[in-house]
Amino acid sequence: MILHPETKKALAPFVLPGLIAGPVLIVGLYLFLTSIPGGLARVIIFCGALIIFAALNAAYLVWLERKVCAHIQCRIGPKEVGPFGLIQPLVDGIKLMSKQLLLPKGIDPFLFKVAPLLVLVPAVMSFVTIPFGEHLAARNINIGLLMIFAFASVNVLGLLLGGWGSANKYAVISAARAVSQNVAYEIPMLIIVITMIMVTGTMNLNEIVMQQSGWFGNWYIFRFTASPLMPVAFLIFFVCSLAETNRAPFDLGEAESELIAGFHTEYSGMGFGVFFMGEYANIVIGCSLATILFLGGWQSPVGIASGWWWFLLKLYTLIFCVMWVRWTYPRTTLWGLLNLSWKILIPITLFNLLLTGAMLKIWPH
Amino acid sequence: MSGYFKELFSGTKSLAVGLGITFRYMVKPVVTLQYPHESLQMTPRFRGHIELIPNEETGEPNCVVCGMCQKACPSNCISLAGEKVDGVKGKVLTKYILNFTTCSLCGMCVESCKFNAITFSKEYNLAGPSREAYVFDLKKRLEDKKQ
Amino acid sequence: MSDLARSQNQETFVLNLGPQHPATHGVLRVKLTMDGEYILRAEPVLGYIHRMHEKMGENRTWAQFMPNTGRLDYLGALSYNHGYALVVERAMGITVPERAEYLRVITVELNRIASHLLWFGAFVLDLGGFTPLLYAFDDREKILDLLESVTGSRLTFCYFRFGGLYNDVDDDFITGSRAFIKRLRSRMPDYHNLVTNNIIMIKRLKDVGLISAEMCRKYGATGPVLRGSGVDFDIRKNEPYSVYSEFDFDIPVYHECDSMARYMVRMDEIEQSLRIIEQALDKLPEGPVMAEKVPKIIKAPKGDYYAAVEAARGTFGIRVVSDGTNTPYRLKLRSPTYSNLSLYEEASQGMLLADALALMGSLDLVIPEIDR
Repeated sequence: MILHPETKKALAPFVLPGLIAGPVLIVGLYLFLTSIPGGLARVIIFCGALIIFAALNAAYLVWLERKVCAHIQCRIGPKEVGPFGLIQPLVDGIKLMSKQLLLPKGIDPFLFKVAPLLVLVPAVMSFVTIPFGEHLAARNINIGLLMIFAFASVNVLGLLLGGWGSANKYAVISAARAVSQNVAYEIPMLIIVITMIMVTGTMNLNEIVMQQSGWFGNWYIFRFTASPLMPVAFLIFFVCSLAETNRAPFDLGEAESELIAGFHTEYSGMGFGVFFMGEYANIVIGCSLATILFLGGWQSPVGIASGWWWFLLKLYTLIFCVMWVRWTYPRTTLWGLLNLSWKILIPITLFNLLLTGAMLKIWPH
Repeated sequence: MSGYFKELFSGTKSLAVGLGITFRYMVKPVVTLQYPHESLQMTPRFRGHIELIPNEETGEPNCVVCGMCQKACPSNCISLAGEKVDGVKGKVLTKYILNFTTCSLCGMCVESCKFNAITFSKEYNLAGPSREAYVFDLKKRLEDKKQ
Repeated sequence: MSDLARSQNQETFVLNLGPQHPATHGVLRVKLTMDGEYILRAEPVLGYIHRMHEKMGENRTWAQFMPNTGRLDYLGALSYNHGYALVVERAMGITVPERAEYLRVITVELNRIASHLLWFGAFVLDLGGFTPLLYAFDDREKILDLLESVTGSRLTFCYFRFGGLYNDVDDDFITGSRAFIKRLRSRMPDYHNLVTNNIIMIKRLKDVGLISAEMCRKYGATGPVLRGSGVDFDIRKNEPYSVYSEFDFDIPVYHECDSMARYMVRMDEIEQSLRIIEQALDKLPEGPVMAEKVPKIIKAPKGDYYAAVEAARGTFGIRVVSDGTNTPYRLKLRSPTYSNLSLYEEASQGMLLADALALMGSLDLVIPEIDR
């Protein structure tokens, strides 16, 4: 991006102080953090890094989404700001931050302001336990899986409060939809997770990944000795994580042709931006979990050169699939969604649970 | 029960087929035109706003101020005036104003003209800051074009 | 329904759908009385873009009203051109040359396909699928290019004249149309695989939004809405005008009465229109495109005249009363979507909001045509 001469002129006085202050700040921060004893520093560094990761992910997943959708529709997508439009998300971010946070008349100001944070914070917190690489996890918690699901259910609260606090009929309808949808889809998702815990015998995400080392036949998606329905279980987990994160074809919460923008109709500027970041962070969490539980996390498919790059590759492939699905299908209705959950997904997952139990009894690991 | 599995199977298959189609279109070349960088050539019959046709020899407008276009226009957006000049047969055009804000590009004026005096321009990049920018003085435009 | 009726006085609220709403495709406002997500009463409120077209017609010469007809239903403008040209030709007793009639049919049918393609995209957009809209627009763009090359405009056409056409077509148009027929035929399977056979789509449209033939009769609904309710009625077949009687084509009729039936009628009509265009291109005679004895200044003889054409959305009827002067004494437009919308209140009762919007999409509303 070439800066406008006026902008350059305005920025000039800040260049030198910035060049001096930047490194000083970084070194100072480093010294400060290393002076804190043991694990705490690690958590703080990781939390900072994870917030940046979540923010960048939100920004660049929007870019990716726009590109994927454009190419699916035989268009090009963002291309003007920076090479391949790569600076577009940053510019959009700046625009969102510089906009006024409008508080409409008749809202509940506290709920209205706290709702976006209730969506974003749990999502970022969940990152803490995700193992990006063998030693690349903020905190290796032995109940990591449980923690993520505990945090994931807070997300619904954020949507409900946002919808309710906006004092907008469309937003209230949308909030009610989002809650019933999330409640319905947590059941099959958790049944699958229970199945996986039965198979793996642990809730520590890093250990689950460790168990899938070696070639890709060891990944749980192909572990037919545990249950012949493993690929189906993966598919159902993927569908449920779509529904959990309110993504198309289950985006009833923000159904733009029915409810304008659903629960964030009244949000402007960064209120909307934080909702958006939360949504994308949730997608990343959902896809990370699918990667860890079924696709071997950071394990390489051929057994050599494992590392975080494999994790990211698998993660972004799944995210691409999420976008691909979004730009292919029309939206379901509430009835269709509940029918799918109660008539198809729950019976199959329950059957899978029984089958896995029986298989484990016959062939104990 | 068999209907349940049949629907489940056919439904899943239809979803997979849909994904296949969008993937095929994704790898196809784009069909859009990158507008400000590239632009289209308008077809010969494209109707832009009207323009005066200059006489091939003199360069003056062909118009003889008969007023047929003014009468034919459904939206009354044409106003023109002429005066008698010695040595020229008929009248000479002094003013031809097109109020493009009310023009509906129907082409009645061009059809009604017997003297091959007006035609459609091929201009489609029209944007302006005010309404007044669309009250075109066609005679002035013609003179500007000549220079 | 009885439960809904009982709860009517308890916890209901009014939801204002429009005038600016993504699903109403224009400035239509629907006042919804809702019980949760169920619609108790949907009251369309019209008039936001009323432009007095009928009155305008009474204040202009016969020829000057022609551009207005293209602005009633801007998606199928040529059918409206045709209707008006037809009624004035009937009044004046003008015979249109055969080549002009064939070209009228070709361009009108191309316009009908363009209109249906846009509806297809917008309808799937209402249901939340964004991508088919862009595919449909890609094909529609080809039609607009073709029509632009003959008529000079891309949307609000003013191509027909009393007694013929504005100008003749060239060979490029003929070859272009043939190429387009081939192209669209190769793309239709994609549309069907991507949208029609999609299980989500089927679940949303099957047995949803029932409109019985009785209801259609009550409100005067025509076009694909009527044919989706099992009534075989199409002006092109029932009262053939122009040269439609010379072509071999079918009128698609579905008896399910649901949104899916209306969807299928329109998708099949695209194929039938392609057939008509193909035959018309094969049979296209040589000759003039303008009748010779058309008076300079039209003055329709005293009387009361009516003509109806099958527009993309149903029967477009136009009635003119002439007192023998150079302007019509009275001009009445019967627009199909006005009638099609009137049944919305009855048809949407007790439906979920999402299904009611799918129903509204399946009616194929064009608001400027309702308000005129």
